[in-house]
Amino acid sequence: MSKGRFGVHGGQYIPETLMNAVIELEEAYNHYRNDPDFVRELDELLAEYAGRPSNLYYAKRLTETLGGAKIYLKREDLNHTGSHKINNVLGQALLARKMGKTRLIAETGAGQHGVATATAAALMGMECVVFMGEEDTKRQALNVYRMKLLGADVIPVKSGTATLKDAVSEAMREWTSRIDDTHYCLGSVMGPHPFPTIVRDFQAVISKESREQILKKEGRLPDAVIACVGGGSNAIGSFYNFINDEGVRLIGCEAAGRGIDTFETAATINTGRLGIFHGMKSYFCQNEYGQIAPVYSISAGLDYPGVGPEHAYLHDIGRAEYVAITDDEAVNAFEFLSRTEGIIPAIESAHAVAYAMKLAPTMDKDKIIIVTISGRGDKDCAAIARYKGVEIYE
Amino acid sequence: MSRIADAFKNGKAFIPFLTCGDPDIETTEKIIREMVAAGADLIELGIPFSDPTAEGPVIQEANIRGLASHTTTDTVFDLVRRLRADITVPMVFMTYANVVYSYGADRFISTCEQAGIDGLILPDLPYEEKDEFMPLCEKYGVELISLIAPTSEGRISMIAKEAKGFIYIVSSLGVTGVRSSITTDIGSIVSVIRQSTDVPCAVGFGISTPEQAAKMAALSDGAIVGSAIVKIIAKYGRKAPKYVGEYVRSMKDAIR
Repeated sequence: MSKGRFGVHGGQYIPETLMNAVIELEEAYNHYRNDPDFVRELDELLAEYAGRPSNLYYAKRLTETLGGAKIYLKREDLNHTGSHKINNVLGQALLARKMGKTRLIAETGAGQHGVATATAAALMGMECVVFMGEEDTKRQALNVYRMKLLGADVIPVKSGTATLKDAVSEAMREWTSRIDDTHYCLGSVMGPHPFPTIVRDFQAVISKESREQILKKEGRLPDAVIACVGGGSNAIGSFYNFINDEGVRLIGCEAAGRGIDTFETAATINTGRLGIFHGMKSYFCQNEYGQIAPVYSISAGLDYPGVGPEHAYLHDIGRAEYVAITDDEAVNAFEFLSRTEGIIPAIESAHAVAYAMKLAPTMDKDKIIIVTISGRGDKDCAAIARYKGVEIYE
Repeated sequence: MSRIADAFKNGKAFIPFLTCGDPDIETTEKIIREMVAAGADLIELGIPFSDPTAEGPVIQEANIRGLASHTTTDTVFDLVRRLRADITVPMVFMTYANVVYSYGADRFISTCEQAGIDGLILPDLPYEEKDEFMPLCEKYGVELISLIAPTSEGRISMIAKEAKGFIYIVSSLGVTGVRSSITTDIGSIVSVIRQSTDVPCAVGFGISTPEQAAKMAALSDGAIVGSAIVKIIAKYGRKAPKYVGEYVRSMKDAIR
């Protein structure tokens, strides 16, 4: 079995052209992850620039309104650039700079990873090119402007379904054509080894903090941790330091789109099957001949036909549960959290809120749930307004 | 002796590629027959894939057209069976790992043997992952073709030592597509390969003109051409067989 496996999942299914690049990346990462200067520099960036640690906020009104378990929100939306994506990007950009790379390329769905990458590139004086599905450039026009403002080139990808999967494909194609000076700053716990491990390690700061924070506030571990899953970076970051705590339920919320019984869904673990794509073996939405399905979700960030290999493994061994949340449920949660707590979550994160709204009322009041609010929802307001039939102009 | 070895016995090999089902499977069959008549030594049949990450725009479009004409792994196998009724030229598949995996690797590779496919080129299956399919390829006598790229420094001997059928030398960085010039030092790559194996080497990616083909074939054992042929098919559609035949003849003449 090759490197970077989580059970049968993971691996390095990429063109030969990229093999030395991922080997070089793995060696650099293994060197710098334990390098005291690197660790200090990254910790300082996370604290001084990104604003970590993020708050673990007791959502009192949400809890009382739902009338069940106590709900805490892990506020990744309060990070600089407005989402958890900055955690990984600062780590990778710093690593890329140590490797002598001067140019970052990235894919983006909702635009949050693209914005975070453009931000880190600006901060470190690096060139930046972001690939974004043309469809997503329309639904997330504000983030396109932010990336350009930060000095990045945004390339609209017209191939395939013109969404996140096509942006990943195009970023991979670009990387094969220019490797010497370029680091592919992959945004999720997916792709070929070592990306799922690197991104997970950089995102694990979420649960490192939330575990300490909940122990301090409640004197005990939570009963459940809930996060949304597209590729799965905020979810693995939210789960990671609880994996060995058997009493903590880990629940990933996939985007069901219009429902898992329709073709308009992006719920990979719920509807997909084992396959090989984008550098990894994992679960993918695909037809009987292995053609990757044109998935759909209202959330551009969850609109992806695959899932990170470590999630596929956590599913296989039954350590994490993966539930499907529809567009309607997510939009309802988006509005509900806005009104009860004055927190507008990203539509991606609203999928996690939606499941908390189902789960909390079924649990006793002395139980505790942590929900990761992976990003803020300002970027989604225009799209949600359109979904509700309101035309607004950005 | 495998059929693939025969491809390199007629001077330098000319290896044309096309995407099956572009514009439809009947035209694909006619084009392949024209290729054989025009002197093609080995034919690379692309099974269309929804997300061909190693391809440039020209072959990406061919994959879209192939899928649009309802081409599937099964209709491609049927095509191969029809061709094998009278064609002895070696044929290999070029597709992506998920097409093989999803069909069931054993079922796919055993069907290759039974239908008459001699090898498999999977651009997203590097040396490190070849165990995914290699045991089945050995079981059914289907050669799993190794690729070597301009960035394969330090890996060439490792790959060459275990190579089967022929070695596909990727001429340039990036994805498939026509290039005005090829700057990689192919001669050096071939000389490193030659220290480890006698398996023939063919160069692909970026070749479109007879001059380029002649130059690449002079440095190796053959030239592979994809995008330039797919462009002809895109231009002429169902009328493409004749034009592809003329093109293949000119290329084979140039490298002979």
